Amino acid sequence: MKQLIISAATEGETNPLVPNIWEMFVVLVGFAVLLFIVTKYVVPMFEKNFAERAEAIEGGIAKAEKAQAEASAALEEYKQQLTDARTEANRIREEARAEGAQILADLKEKAAAESARITAQAHAQIESERQAAVVSLRAEVGTLATTLAGRIVGEALSDDARSARVVDRFLADLENQNAGAAK
Amino acid sequence: MHLPAILPWGQAEGFSKQMLLVILSVVIIATFFVIAARKQQLVPGKLQFAGEAAYGFVRNGIAKDIIGGKDFMKYVPLLFSLFFFILVNNIYGAIPVIQLPSFSHVGGAYVLAAIVYITWIAIGVKKNGLKYFKLATVPSGVPIYILPIVIPIEIISNFLVRPVTHSLRLFATMLAGHLIVMIAGSGIEFLVMQENVLLKGASVLVLAGSIAMYMLEALIMALQAYVFTLLTAIYIEGALHADSH
Repeated sequence: MKQLIISAATEGETNPLVPNIWEMFVVLVGFAVLLFIVTKYVVPMFEKNFAERAEAIEGGIAKAEKAQAEASAALEEYKQQLTDARTEANRIREEARAEGAQILADLKEKAAAESARITAQAHAQIESERQAAVVSLRAEVGTLATTLAGRIVGEALSDDARSARVVDRFLADLENQNAGAAK
Repeated sequence: MHLPAILPWGQAEGFSKQMLLVILSVVIIATFFVIAARKQQLVPGKLQFAGEAAYGFVRNGIAKDIIGGKDFMKYVPLLFSLFFFILVNNIYGAIPVIQLPSFSHVGGAYVLAAIVYITWIAIGVKKNGLKYFKLATVPSGVPIYILPIVIPIEIISNFLVRPVTHSLRLFATMLAGHLIVMIAGSGIEFLVMQENVLLKGASVLVLAGSIAMYMLEALIMALQAYVFTLLTAIYIEGALHADSH
């Protein structure tokens, strides 16, 4: 065994630390070729794709953020418009209420005036009709009474002037009595 | 130690299986990533997704995290190539029939470590000028009377030991894994050939143990690719920011 180790150590061919020059050459060339391919093609292609993907993702995020900002701006605007519209509606409602009250008051006033006018007119008409009735009654009652008295008395009380005077006096008395009773 | 060559067949020197596998690994990696990266879509397919995940692991998990800053992209191709070159060449050891991690032959590990060694020294000198060697060997904030001890240690650890450990770490783990698989294989064969039934049966135990070792080796294969790349990134970062260390 000892002999074997010594012979292995002295014999260069079996010492594992002594390289085979051709193997070194093959590894050197092989690695150089690989390094060239990786540097020239593999890394640039991967990096290009990484960059594109990063750009796509970041672009997407930026786009989404923009859309979000736009959406929230629109929402804000709508809210503002809604508030404005509510204020406007309230204002209009208030105005309408005030106007309605105004109109109602006007109408009430007008109606009151109208009714007063109608009442006054009715009073006046009634008064005038009563006057007419009184006048016609005065004439007719006088005639009837005179005719009646003439027939009853049987004498010619045809002196119109005197009989008219008597009737007038009688009616005036009567009116005075009525006026006294009314007071 | 070395297998006989494929071309010319059976000779000690010549075109070996290891060389064929190294060339094959370059073809595999280049083909896979060129195809995965070629059909670029914003929403990736399965292949593109796998390619991007692998690429992103090195780009973000190693280059960006360790080197950082604005200029880490410059070193992504190197780190990416290193990681997948080592990974595929290591994984060979876990594939039946192939079962030869390329870096169980020390030459490849020397070459890669040398490339990294030259790269980080070049970066350091380019960034800081010749003052870089002073920055890399004279730590700031150390009392003057300790410097005679510290400076030789720094020179040895940074400029002499570093490339050696960097290459041998990869080589030794791969060789050890390769040896374990070989020993387990021949052990099983030896035990099965025995007349004694108990010894024959013991081969099952070796088989079970070798499967566990196989899993462990598969883990180490991936891990060493990561460690090698990570250390490369750390060396580059150290060279870039030598003035702040």
